[in-house]
Amino acid sequence: MNSLSTGKYLPNPRIPVLFSAAVLAAALLPLIMDPFTTISATNVFIYIVITLSWALFSGPTQYISIATAAFFGIGIYTSALAGELMPFPLVVCLGGVVSFVLALLVGLSTLRLKGMYFTIFTFGLSELIRHFVLWWEVVMTGTVGRWVVSVDPIPVYYTMLVILVVTISFCFFIGRSRYGLALRSIGQSEEAADHMGINITAVKINVFAITAFFAGATGSTMATRWTYIDPSIAFNPLFSFMPVLMAIFGGIGSITGQIIGAAVLTLLADLLLTEFPYYYMLIYGIILVVVILFLPGGIVGLWDSMKKRRRTETNENT
Amino acid sequence: MLKLTNISTSYGKVRVLREVSLEVAENEIVALVGANGAGKSTMLNTISGIVNPTSGSIEFLGKRIDGMPPYDVLELGISQVPEGGKPFPDMTVRENLEMGAYSKKARKFMGESLERVFKTFPILKERGKQLARTLSGGQRQMLAMGRCLMSRPRLAMFDEPSYGLAPVVVGELFTFVQELRNQGIAILLVEQNIRHALETADRGYVLENGQIVLEGSSRDLLSNDHVRKAYLGI
Repeated sequence: MNSLSTGKYLPNPRIPVLFSAAVLAAALLPLIMDPFTTISATNVFIYIVITLSWALFSGPTQYISIATAAFFGIGIYTSALAGELMPFPLVVCLGGVVSFVLALLVGLSTLRLKGMYFTIFTFGLSELIRHFVLWWEVVMTGTVGRWVVSVDPIPVYYTMLVILVVTISFCFFIGRSRYGLALRSIGQSEEAADHMGINITAVKINVFAITAFFAGATGSTMATRWTYIDPSIAFNPLFSFMPVLMAIFGGIGSITGQIIGAAVLTLLADLLLTEFPYYYMLIYGIILVVVILFLPGGIVGLWDSMKKRRRTETNENT
Repeated sequence: MLKLTNISTSYGKVRVLREVSLEVAENEIVALVGANGAGKSTMLNTISGIVNPTSGSIEFLGKRIDGMPPYDVLELGISQVPEGGKPFPDMTVRENLEMGAYSKKARKFMGESLERVFKTFPILKERGKQLARTLSGGQRQMLAMGRCLMSRPRLAMFDEPSYGLAPVVVGELFTFVQELRNQGIAILLVEQNIRHALETADRGYVLENGQIVLEGSSRDLLSNDHVRKAYLGI
C-alpha cells in the first residue's frame, strides 16, 4: 500500500487521535450504560459496518451492488451451523471467510456486467440464495429455520466494536492507497483505467470480496443475538437496501458521511419505532425523500456547503 | 522496436483488420491515417492488448506481446492515449497524473516524472488542483498526454489527439508530439487530420477498410496522388 503521493494523502493528524478517543469511549460504554443502550449501540455498529463495506466498493466504482443481504445472510447461517462446533470468535471469522469466498465466485462471474445489469444481478443473487436455502431446508433437512447458540450482549458488543474498528481502518487506508485511486478511476472511465495499467478485474473482485468478509462477519455476530433464524430473516432484502440509503443519506463520498448516515438512520428508526409505531415507515420515508431531493451530498454535503458559505461571507465582510 | 506482422482482428464475425503489418523504430514518429471506420483505433487497441488479434504477431523490443493483458503491455513500455483523452473527470489534474504512474515500474519515478510532465505542459502545474472536468478540450488532451508520460513509456500511441479541437490548439499539440520524440519516446499517431499528422511524422501508413494501402515517408505520402485526391482534397 505504497501511498501514491505527497502531502494531501497524509491524514489529518487529528484523525488518529479522535478515532482512538472514540474507540476508547466505545470500549468503556457498556460499563457505564444500561443494557438497552449497549444493544442499541451494537445495532448502530452493524449498520455502520455494512454501510462502510457497501460504500467501499460501490461508492467509487459506481457498481451499485444490492447483494449485501446475501453476504450478511451467509454469515448468519454460518453462525447457525457452526455455532455449536467452535468458539464464538472463530465462528465470526468463519462467517466472514465463507462470505468472502462466495463473493469471489460471484465477482468472477458478474463483474463483467455493468450498470443496471450488475445491480439487478446482485439483487437476483441474494434472492436466489434465500430461495435455495429455503428449498434445502424444506427438501433436505425437513425443518425451516434453526436455533443459534446465544451469546451475551456484552461479548457481542465488543465483537462488533472490533469488526467496526477493522472496517473503518481498512476503508481509511484503502481510500488513501493507490487501490483507492484505482477504484475511483474504474468508476469514472473503465476504458481509461484499462490504459493506466490497472488489472481492473483483479481490483474489482478483490475489493468486492473483502467487503463481503465484513458483511459476513457482522452477520455471524448478530445471529447469536437473534437466537432463531430462517431464510427470510437471514436474507431479508432490507439489509441490501439499508446500506445504500444510509450511505446516500450521510454522504456517499466520505467515510464520515457513511458513518453518520448509518448511525443517524439506525437511531432514527429505533426512535420512530418506539415513539410512533403507526407512522414509523411514513415518517422515515418522508425524511429519506427530503434528503435525497434536497441534499445531493447527504448530511456531510450540507455541512460542507455551509462551511463554504460562511467562508465566502467572511471574505465579503473583510 | 514495434513490429506487427499480418495482424487480423475481428469483432465477432466482422473482420476489422486484415493482415496488417506495421513497424515503428526507436525515436520515430509514425502516422497512421485513414477515414472513419478504417480500423485505426482497433489497431491501437490491438497493440495495447485491449483487443486480441485473431491471427498474426506483435513484437515489442523483441518480445511477443499479442495476447498479453493491457497491464502487462503497459509495464513493458507502451502507453496509449485513448480517443478524446478520457481523463478521469472527477479527479484533480494532479490525481489524474498520479494515476498515470500506476504501474509498478513507473511508481518509483513518480516525482521525477511529474516534474518532467510539468516542464512539458506548464499549464497542468497551474491547474493541478482543478477537477479535470473543468478543463478545456485542449487542456484535457494535454492532461491525457501528460498522464501517458507518467507511465514512462518507450512508445506512446495517440488516438486522434486533434479531435474536436480548434486549429491553433491542434498546432500546439503537434509541437508537443515533436517534443516528446526529442525526449526519446517513439510515437504512433492515429489521425484523421491527415495533413497535420503527416507533416509531424517521419513515416506514415494509410489504412483503408482494415488494410494498409500505402506506406512511405511522410513527404512521399503528402505528394502521392491517391492521398492528395482522397484525403487532402487537392
